[in-house]
Amino acid sequence: MSTTEAAAGTELLTGADILVRSLVEHNVEVLFAYPGGASMPMHQALTRYKDQIRTILPRHEQGGGFAAQGYARSTGRPGVCMVTSGPGATNLVTAIADAKLDSIPMIAITGQVPTKVIGSDAFQETPIVEVCRGITKHHYLVTDVRELPRIMREAFFIATTGRPGPVLVDIPKDVQNQQLLVEWDAPMNLPGYSGEKCKAAPEQIRQVAAAIKLAKRPMIYAGGGIIASEASELLRELVRRTGIPVTMTVMGLGAFPSEDPLCLDMLGMHGSAYANYAVRDCDLLIGLGVRFDDRVTGKLEAFAKHAKIIHVDIDASELNKNKAAHFPICSDVGFFLAELNKIVEAPEISAWVEQCQTWKKNVPFKFDAKFDGITQQSAIHELWKMTKERDTYITVGVGQHQMWAAQFYRFSKPRTWLSSSGLGTMGFGLPAAMGVQAAHPDSLVIDIDGDGSFQMNIQEMATCYCENLPVKVLLLNNQHLGMVVQWEDRFHEKNRAHTYLGPIHHDEWCGKGSSIYATERYPDFVTIAKGFGWGAASVSKKEDLRTALQTMIDYPGPYVLDVEVPYQEHVLPMIPSGHTVDDIILE
Amino acid sequence: MRHVLSAVVQNVPGVLAHISGMLASRGYNIDSLAVGETEDPNLSRMTFVVVGDARVLEQVRKQLEKIVTVVKVVDVSAQDYVERDLMLLKIKAPAGTTRTEIRELVDIFRGKIVDVGAEEIVIEISGRESKIQAFIERMRPYGITELVRTGRIAMVRSGQGESESAPVEESGSINKFVNQPVK
Repeated sequence: MSTTEAAAGTELLTGADILVRSLVEHNVEVLFAYPGGASMPMHQALTRYKDQIRTILPRHEQGGGFAAQGYARSTGRPGVCMVTSGPGATNLVTAIADAKLDSIPMIAITGQVPTKVIGSDAFQETPIVEVCRGITKHHYLVTDVRELPRIMREAFFIATTGRPGPVLVDIPKDVQNQQLLVEWDAPMNLPGYSGEKCKAAPEQIRQVAAAIKLAKRPMIYAGGGIIASEASELLRELVRRTGIPVTMTVMGLGAFPSEDPLCLDMLGMHGSAYANYAVRDCDLLIGLGVRFDDRVTGKLEAFAKHAKIIHVDIDASELNKNKAAHFPICSDVGFFLAELNKIVEAPEISAWVEQCQTWKKNVPFKFDAKFDGITQQSAIHELWKMTKERDTYITVGVGQHQMWAAQFYRFSKPRTWLSSSGLGTMGFGLPAAMGVQAAHPDSLVIDIDGDGSFQMNIQEMATCYCENLPVKVLLLNNQHLGMVVQWEDRFHEKNRAHTYLGPIHHDEWCGKGSSIYATERYPDFVTIAKGFGWGAASVSKKEDLRTALQTMIDYPGPYVLDVEVPYQEHVLPMIPSGHTVDDIILE
Repeated sequence: MRHVLSAVVQNVPGVLAHISGMLASRGYNIDSLAVGETEDPNLSRMTFVVVGDARVLEQVRKQLEKIVTVVKVVDVSAQDYVERDLMLLKIKAPAGTTRTEIRELVDIFRGKIVDVGAEEIVIEISGRESKIQAFIERMRPYGITELVRTGRIAMVRSGQGESESAPVEESGSINKFVNQPVK
């Protein structure tokens, strides 16, 4: 390098070094990366920057993807994962699709076969950009190392601005090895993407304030947009100013404290009866950072059918997509709330609030507290009581335990609840917890999981042990795929169709179990955990639960508490798919 | 309802696959799609003919605008515009009266004969959808052996429309589009 070049801010680096340096410059402190033939140069480069970036080796690429999401969801900063070409890349696809549906900022870096063999069906070649087009916010195949500095800037910019989402950067091996005199300040080339937040117009804010003032039965329906926009405090201020009750989506939990009297908790299929009644009867529904998902609305025509609907979202394409709004407002919800809070006046709604409180009292989330053993709900409720004063993060898999955690762990802070909500990916809980723990080494991170979900990414136990990530797993083990069993019980005459997780010669396999518990337990999670170097214990008696939970919480390393729970327990309330709140199942 | 949308996109690999994939996966009904470079080699223009009601059109437009490489989208059919479709047609036309007849029709429709073989000729014709359709019907009795069309392209007439909208959606301008309250 000549002195003139140095003066111009250029230096000779390989593509792999450029990539890692750009991660450093974007303040990436940890990434989850599984190496392979086509990504080795980048891993070699990572060792040269190990003082600036921690590289965590997951045991499966999907685990790395969800760990990156755990990092992103709990911090608000982009999560980064890296894999090799071919199977490495395809193993990441689910985590990318998951990040897209839940609007999580993620940078997925894939190695690719060298440019000269792309398209020749080379060893470990998949056209991953083609595969991922519809499930990324944006994607790049880097064919020229000179484009890499610009592409990395664009990737971070796109992933984190507007409605966040995953960006894929596919880098052929020869590009990783090419040397370049780098110009770090290469400008972005995004004529079609400004990244600017759209903002509600003043007259829209005034219209909403006027509608609130006139409303007799208003209701706030808050979603993940509040969390993404860091607008939780502004939402709380709006409620302080107006006294309007709040319900949240699964993605919105934590945006408003569950213990507040005006909190009506989650709405939708397994939401609270009181939230769903309130949505049915409200005359003004204020949707903030939500998308009228089918699990929320049930039958669309009947959803909030007496209400004027205000829908605020940063993504214009969400407005009027599923449900037409009377006031569709394309805006960053944080900006919208800040402006609204300046002029909004409290409506006269005491009778309505009283009605909501009555529902809340009469049809609460409930479980059989007299039950002789441990129910899933009681275990979660107990865990909440024991950890609510602490700095705690909860992740979940997908299924019954997920819905019970949403119902019975009463969140008070944003970004402390991590759930694969849109895609509903089983196996999310453990790797996501791993990512949270990497971001928050001193926090208590608990994966509330089911035995089905847990087994989908159980290999990450090794990562937790080897990388000193002391996550806890509260395993609600009913030996079944509980949510599917619940649907079998309700809609398929209890016919068990491959929903028992033990050996096929067991009576439970064909639904002929003689007890509410599986008679033989399989697999032996305590032994598995110990094999991975984890602490572990099993608990089945009600009176032992508290001590067992305390042991788990206090354990210095990763720990599984295998809780024996019955498999006939159903998540209630339930509004069957495509139905209305009037069809709600309470018992 | 039939709408003509015109999208200016970055001229980068994969942009056509991205857009056609989005349209297909969301189940939009696209009648025709034409792509070509613009006066700026960094940009291409895609012209879509979309079938659907106002709500479908709104969604197609907003989903298109969401794609990072899409620079702007204009609903051409909401304004006064010119549209054209270019067609090549191979017709059985043995020398003699048939060929003379066809030549007359080609003249009336302001087409051109661009290739003449022993038994067949190739005709080039451009125009609006209705004219193209009418010409196809006139030719059918002679025997069409091959037919190729480019798909519709369209342009807003000068003095209005497209040039007024900023190249990149300015903040708030999306609201102009979505802000009309529905009944």
